[in-house]
Amino acid sequence: MIAELTKNERNGALVILAVLTVVGLVMAVAGYADPFGIHGGLVAIAALAGIFAVISGYFAPEPTLARFGEYYDTPSKIGIGLAMAWAVFGLFVGDWVAWLLAYPNATFDAGWSSFGRLRPVHTTGVIFGFGGNALIATSFHVMQRTCRARLPDQLTPLFVLFGYNLFCILAVTGYLMGLTQSKEYAEPEWYVDLWLVVVWVTYLVLYLRLLARRREPHIYVANWYYLAFIVVVAMLHVVNNLAVPISFYEAKSYSLFSGVQDAMTEWWYGHNAVAFFLTSGFLGMMYYYLPKRAGRPIFSYRMSIVSFWGITFFYMWAGSHHLHYTALPQWVQTLGMTFSLMLLIPSWGSAGNALLTLNGAWGRVRDDATLRFMMVAAVFYGLTTFEGSFMAIRSVNSLSHYTDWTIGHVHAGALGWVAMITFGSIYALVPWLWKREGMYSPRAVEVHFWLALGGTLVYVLAMWNSGIIQGLMWRTYNDSGTLAYSFVDSVVAMRPYYIARAIGGLMFLLGAIVGSWNIWMTVRMPAPVPADAGGDQPAIALQAGE
Amino acid sequence: MDIAHGTLVWLAKSFGLFYLIGLSLIVVIYACWPSNRQKFDRAATAILEEEDRPWQ
Repeated sequence: MIAELTKNERNGALVILAVLTVVGLVMAVAGYADPFGIHGGLVAIAALAGIFAVISGYFAPEPTLARFGEYYDTPSKIGIGLAMAWAVFGLFVGDWVAWLLAYPNATFDAGWSSFGRLRPVHTTGVIFGFGGNALIATSFHVMQRTCRARLPDQLTPLFVLFGYNLFCILAVTGYLMGLTQSKEYAEPEWYVDLWLVVVWVTYLVLYLRLLARRREPHIYVANWYYLAFIVVVAMLHVVNNLAVPISFYEAKSYSLFSGVQDAMTEWWYGHNAVAFFLTSGFLGMMYYYLPKRAGRPIFSYRMSIVSFWGITFFYMWAGSHHLHYTALPQWVQTLGMTFSLMLLIPSWGSAGNALLTLNGAWGRVRDDATLRFMMVAAVFYGLTTFEGSFMAIRSVNSLSHYTDWTIGHVHAGALGWVAMITFGSIYALVPWLWKREGMYSPRAVEVHFWLALGGTLVYVLAMWNSGIIQGLMWRTYNDSGTLAYSFVDSVVAMRPYYIARAIGGLMFLLGAIVGSWNIWMTVRMPAPVPADAGGDQPAIALQAGE
Repeated sequence: MDIAHGTLVWLAKSFGLFYLIGLSLIVVIYACWPSNRQKFDRAATAILEEEDRPWQ
């Protein structure tokens, strides 16, 4: 990795890491009495490890100019490895918290392992760790191919990738120490948020630099989706995390917003995080890897453009459907509900476009588990967006809100759509990146597919049942006009579904472990020697002696 | 800065409405413009090419 950097880039890396070490040490000394200091130590250790890595390769020969004839794929390769590691970790913690709901004593009497701390470790691990690394890895791959241009330099993409993972580690370790802003999906404290701003702006600038260097004049639709993901996440992250720290060497901060404004800002962020982190970027993946794997162009390029702008403009207004029947003004709730319903059009535009692309190639879908991952992802995308629009209707929401139905809906999207399209894309991408003929074990891909699909179905069906029973129990009145069931009655009724859900999650986790093993074995496979190697090469060696 | 509820509703129902209708029209016209067809068809098929090197 270091050998691929030019001398200037190696020096640049050392400067960045030295600054980071100093910042970490200052944090550690100033905040020694606070978890802030522990995070400072962590930053310093990570930066020092980076310095050792750079020094160990510092005197390697510089890369030749021949690199400009190749795409730069090292960050994508590392990103895939990190994504799979986060997937296994995040799914493991997720399954642990699932079992906690059925067996609450499984915290082993420790503070760090309580539900309230483990749950954000799970959500951050899967959304930002797994999803984020997969998005960064695939965006570098797709952007270069569709722009027909190499990344502008070698250092920036590595900075984005490793800097982003430092953010994830600080976030997750913070939760275990009890640090949180108490904003769902935006839990990390102020200094971790500031670090992500630095990383994310660098990512945006890198993307725009590559776009400016593109050799292909038309910007392929997948790039638009990736760009929307980067731009909007930057905007959401900055606004929602505006906060005042209680001091510059303590972790605690207070949000700039309060009351219903805070709730509205949080759900404007939260729903658009679903839209632009968990949808837009993954649609970018789908619009590139699905046609590529199927060997067929996208069914309707026009529809993909209309869907893109539809999603971009409608999603922005939908967040208030998370706050039905709250102190939020009624008209703002209605606005969110209306836009959520309109969202069905662009969402089904994309889901339909994907399925119609496969129409006529169903034989390949049957035989190829990788393509089947993508097909099932498109089906779940269509199902979940329909369900989401439906649940945003105020009267439906009165039944579904605060129940497990919401959890079922989120996981139909996260497992069925996001994770499936990611696994499909990774299985397509790994042999291309490492120049292998295929995955090490196609049978293991098949096993992963059925574990993932089975796990998702068990999970989602359990939560649908549980959620609707829960919602009905909370609104059933007896003849004397009081509630027929106590809250504890509804908790007892949930128990079998919680066990089923944890089993579904376990199946999904096992699938991810099988997938990680298969990817590892594929990377370790010896590269095939091209049949015509030797005979059909330019005679460079002869010229060198002249 | 005190924005009354009525002002916001008026803004949403007037400017907001036409802004979104206008945007939708622009997008649909752009996507369906006949001379763009060739460009879109080429973009859709270009990613399928096997070539895996940047253009110099």
